[in-house]
Amino acid sequence: MPTLTRRRLIAAAAAAATVLALSACGDDDKADGGTSGAVSDADVQAALEKGGTLTVWAWEPTLKQVVEKFQQANPKVKINLVNAGTGNDQYTALQNAIAAGSGVPDVAQLEYYALPQFALAKSVTDLGRFSAGSLKDTFTPGPWTSVHSGDGIFGLPMDSGPMALFYNKEVFDKHGIAVPATWAEYLDAARKLHRADPKAYITSDTGDAGFTTSMIWQAGGKPYKVDGTNVTIDFSDPGATEFVNVWQTLISEKLLAPIAGWSDQWFQGISNGSIATLPTGAWMPANFTSSAPSGAGKWRVAPLPQWQAGAKASAENGGSSLAIPEKAADKTLAYAFLKYAAVGDGVQIRVDNGAFPATTAQLTSPAFLGDEFEYFGGQKANEIFAQSAQAVVPGWTYLPFQVYANSVFNDTVGKAYVSPTTLADGLKAWQDQSAKYGTEQGFTVK
Amino acid sequence: MTRRRRSPVLTALTGIVLIYSLIPLAWLVINATKTQDGLFTSFGLWFDDGRFALWENIRLTLTYDDGIFLRWLGNTVLYVVAGAGGATFLAVLAGYGLAKFDFPGRRAVFVTVIGAVAVPGTALAVPTFLMFSRLGLTNTPWSVIIPSLITPFGLYLMWTFAAEAIPDEIIEAARVDGASEARTFFTICVPMLAPGIVTVLLFSMVATWNNYFLPLIMLKDPDWYPLTVGLNAWNGQATTAGGTAVFHLVITGSLLTILPLLAAFLLLQRYWQSGLAAGSVKQ
Repeated sequence: MPTLTRRRLIAAAAAAATVLALSACGDDDKADGGTSGAVSDADVQAALEKGGTLTVWAWEPTLKQVVEKFQQANPKVKINLVNAGTGNDQYTALQNAIAAGSGVPDVAQLEYYALPQFALAKSVTDLGRFSAGSLKDTFTPGPWTSVHSGDGIFGLPMDSGPMALFYNKEVFDKHGIAVPATWAEYLDAARKLHRADPKAYITSDTGDAGFTTSMIWQAGGKPYKVDGTNVTIDFSDPGATEFVNVWQTLISEKLLAPIAGWSDQWFQGISNGSIATLPTGAWMPANFTSSAPSGAGKWRVAPLPQWQAGAKASAENGGSSLAIPEKAADKTLAYAFLKYAAVGDGVQIRVDNGAFPATTAQLTSPAFLGDEFEYFGGQKANEIFAQSAQAVVPGWTYLPFQVYANSVFNDTVGKAYVSPTTLADGLKAWQDQSAKYGTEQGFTVK
Repeated sequence: MTRRRRSPVLTALTGIVLIYSLIPLAWLVINATKTQDGLFTSFGLWFDDGRFALWENIRLTLTYDDGIFLRWLGNTVLYVVAGAGGATFLAVLAGYGLAKFDFPGRRAVFVTVIGAVAVPGTALAVPTFLMFSRLGLTNTPWSVIIPSLITPFGLYLMWTFAAEAIPDEIIEAARVDGASEARTFFTICVPMLAPGIVTVLLFSMVATWNNYFLPLIMLKDPDWYPLTVGLNAWNGQATTAGGTAVFHLVITGSLLTILPLLAAFLLLQRYWQSGLAAGSVKQ
């Protein structure tokens, strides 16, 4: 899922809620319904036959069809699918509910960056006892690593966002610009484009935590290291520096459109060609088609530009998992739904409705790879996305308080986009503020 | 009566302020006539060439997502009638009581009310949430209605208004004639309080109609959303992977949302105006 620009109010509420949630996790609540032992597939099947009601908090649009089919296949199960907000809004609501101890859903959609925060607070169930570990080969490595925290598995990957470069071919052709293969070429293309048409920009960026971390991820940076409650935050590592060098130049030379992502202006830019590329996750095509229909036929997909010429590195941007809150009423039944949506029949239903899978079976199927995208002029874009999924740089970790960290991104790094503060200073400020918060929450931060 | 003097400077300044406050409204009306695509391809403060989609937009807004907009409208009306109506009723009762009856602790009440005016509702939202959660009332309409019933500002307004607008002699006269306290209040004082009541009603109606943060925190089920939270959910759809941007519906929905408030103001403003003048002339 894209990382969202959120209002300050919500950020403040999220921060407040985090405090509540983390303090509430001190309550030793083992109200597990007496099912803390291993749960077999037969138990899961029995739960399905017994039936019951599940409340699922998710904003992902294709789950609607999944829920319909699931209820048809399991008539005794009633699913109450609730859109309790998108991204941060939902995390705030979930943390509030967990802190208050009532109104907690049975299943919740959690983006990969947010999962560790809930996992560490023991707010979501370790799926180890459902033998979720055996699903390892079902998923591509990136998302599979992302649902792990310490020794536990805290969610099942629902989708993924291997990155690619979406570009407006019409604009590129008009100004004779070649598709950049490296970020250095990307910078040149940005200069050339903006010189040729002062209204056009290579891309828009006003500071987006998810994008920044993904770029550092691709550059091989590992600014976050997490070992239990020992956390290291370091934005001076080589990968981060590499990103800073290129992006600072783009900012200094005013080559980035000052338009916040996902705003109406942003879709306008995508539609009218003033935003010429989007380096983003593979879930983007559905948004292109539904939200910027007049760009159809003009856009194409290329592999993500590289930091080293000839390399084939990629990163994940966005993507989310389904998790079971620790206070869910019927965890076995909840797991049955998780399995259906993430590894069972649900996967194909979601792919058919435009979601990008995290499962190897779908990612390698000829039907999936051969899919021709009308929006991209008939291009078989999934081939590029699938290659990207295989090339994700391993070993990336998010902070166990990433939701908070992202909420202060715009107050720190965001300054580099609108004031003389440099990107490096902005990242340092982000690092310091994240570290301060981490220490306050009881982590040992270095 | 003295002749009115015209000042070009003042006229110009007032004109600027007028334009400044009307531009957002004009923008809203103009853009409600555009399709989703037209929003992205035409100039913001003028109509889209040849495409006038207002009626289509209204139809779509009312039917999108199984017509949930109408449900949100109904919820908002419910919260306004129960919340703002109840708040006004309580404020009138309490304001009258505090203004016209002398009892021990009146000063304490006064201090509490003044203090309560200073606390922003946003600051109380999280504690209120935790309290309602314990009571098991979150995610129900009660969680929005009950907190809306308390308006320290409305109470304060009614109090000062009642103190000014109702001469003690009238109440005494009514008592001498043998009217009960309730009858004195309802048949003699309430009509005299009408301008104040309308003012408080308008204030609390606007506050409840526009209330966003409280329902955002309290409600999880879209079926109970008021329009503000619902429209924001539509807006948030654009930022979702695979979600459809429906800015045209958000804009048209916003236009439809402000219409009832406009109507309320136009209908009630004459009461309000007479209220503004109350007490300005010594009788």
